[in-house]
Amino acid sequence: MSAPDTIDLMPLEQYEAEQARRASPFPRLWEVLDTVKDPEIPVLSIWELGILRGVEVAGDTVIVTITPTYSGCPAMDAVAEDIAAAMQAAGYHDCRINTRWAPAWSTSWMSAAGREKLRTYGIAPPGEARLHCPHCQSTNVELVSEFGSTACKALYQCRACSEPFDRFKNL
Amino acid sequence: MTRIAIENPVEMYAVRLGDDALVLGHRLSEWSSNAPFLEEDLALSNVALDYIGRARMFYTYAGQLRNDGTTEDDYAYLRDCRDYYNLLIHELPRGDFAFSMARQYLVDVFNLAYLAELQQSRDESLAAIAGKAVKESTYHLRRSNDWIMRLGQGTRESLRRLQDAVVELWGFTPELFAMDALEIDLLAQGIAVDRAALRDSWDRQVRATLEAAGVTMPEPDWQVDGGRQGVHTEHLGHLLGELQFVQRAYPGLEW
Repeated sequence: MSAPDTIDLMPLEQYEAEQARRASPFPRLWEVLDTVKDPEIPVLSIWELGILRGVEVAGDTVIVTITPTYSGCPAMDAVAEDIAAAMQAAGYHDCRINTRWAPAWSTSWMSAAGREKLRTYGIAPPGEARLHCPHCQSTNVELVSEFGSTACKALYQCRACSEPFDRFKNL
Repeated sequence: MTRIAIENPVEMYAVRLGDDALVLGHRLSEWSSNAPFLEEDLALSNVALDYIGRARMFYTYAGQLRNDGTTEDDYAYLRDCRDYYNLLIHELPRGDFAFSMARQYLVDVFNLAYLAELQQSRDESLAAIAGKAVKESTYHLRRSNDWIMRLGQGTRESLRRLQDAVVELWGFTPELFAMDALEIDLLAQGIAVDRAALRDSWDRQVRATLEAAGVTMPEPDWQVDGGRQGVHTEHLGHLLGELQFVQRAYPGLEW
């Protein structure tokens, strides 16, 4: 008997988040939130990035729960403003942002679609067993700096195509 | 300048930890546009951001405990030197690159062990903050450990600078492990961390790395403390002068 093929499973946390979203009584609000992008990586929605943790309604107030990637992430204020603006545009005028720190954000919360979008955008996604250059797919790459253009990224260079690229750090 | 009187021990504990993070974060931020090369500039600025974010979490929690509308900004901008409680090692001027990296290495080893313990705190908010910060400190230590080896095994000049830095910093390290009545009491309640208990493993790890890097360990023939009582070196006032300038010149300014 030959060894069975390995099937990549969705990380448990991501599966649970997907289930919670499907069970939510506010699908319209989730759709509005899908339009909110990470200001630094505009191809990723806050849902795909994994920082959007929940949305609830209390009276006339929409409460959106987010878990920041890094404690000092300067994009968080912009994300909060963008959420409020998207809600406003969709007719929800009273929106409150709830920041939840525990459990701490992890790269395993980033969706599979999000990882693919990152790669297409030129950023190596987190969680790859073998790091590939997002431009030429070579694995012949070297670390230039543990920190890249933002706290969540490290800077690499590809020895095959010579292009520098950011890698979303595993956290 | 109005004083923020702190009576709740848990609030005080959160403010102390916030002060450590803010003051070190500010020192690290001074490297922005001043680092030896671009990648280092980005790295130091990012580590600074992690620390300032950590300070914001601790201050925000402290303010929630007061329940009187005190914000993170009030703690950061509206207190003078004597009402800052950071450990002194964090406020020393950034010095040269070797000094900043040596300090970072010493506090990274400490913070990693401290935050791992704080994650077990019975205070859920403090445990949550620690859970976030411990991941970041793991990453910081990987880099600062690497720099210690590179500086120590680089040139005679880089080793000399590293050696000088360790000698200058060494007397500020015992304060990292000093417990006082407030923290002993919070430890008994399962809230605070026993810093004194972290000393032996810290000492072993730090010595092993520094000696491997070629540093001759200094004799522990002097030590300084006072930060937790608000008694500081002459450097903190200058740091706050810059950090708080805008709020002092334009009280209540927001953007």
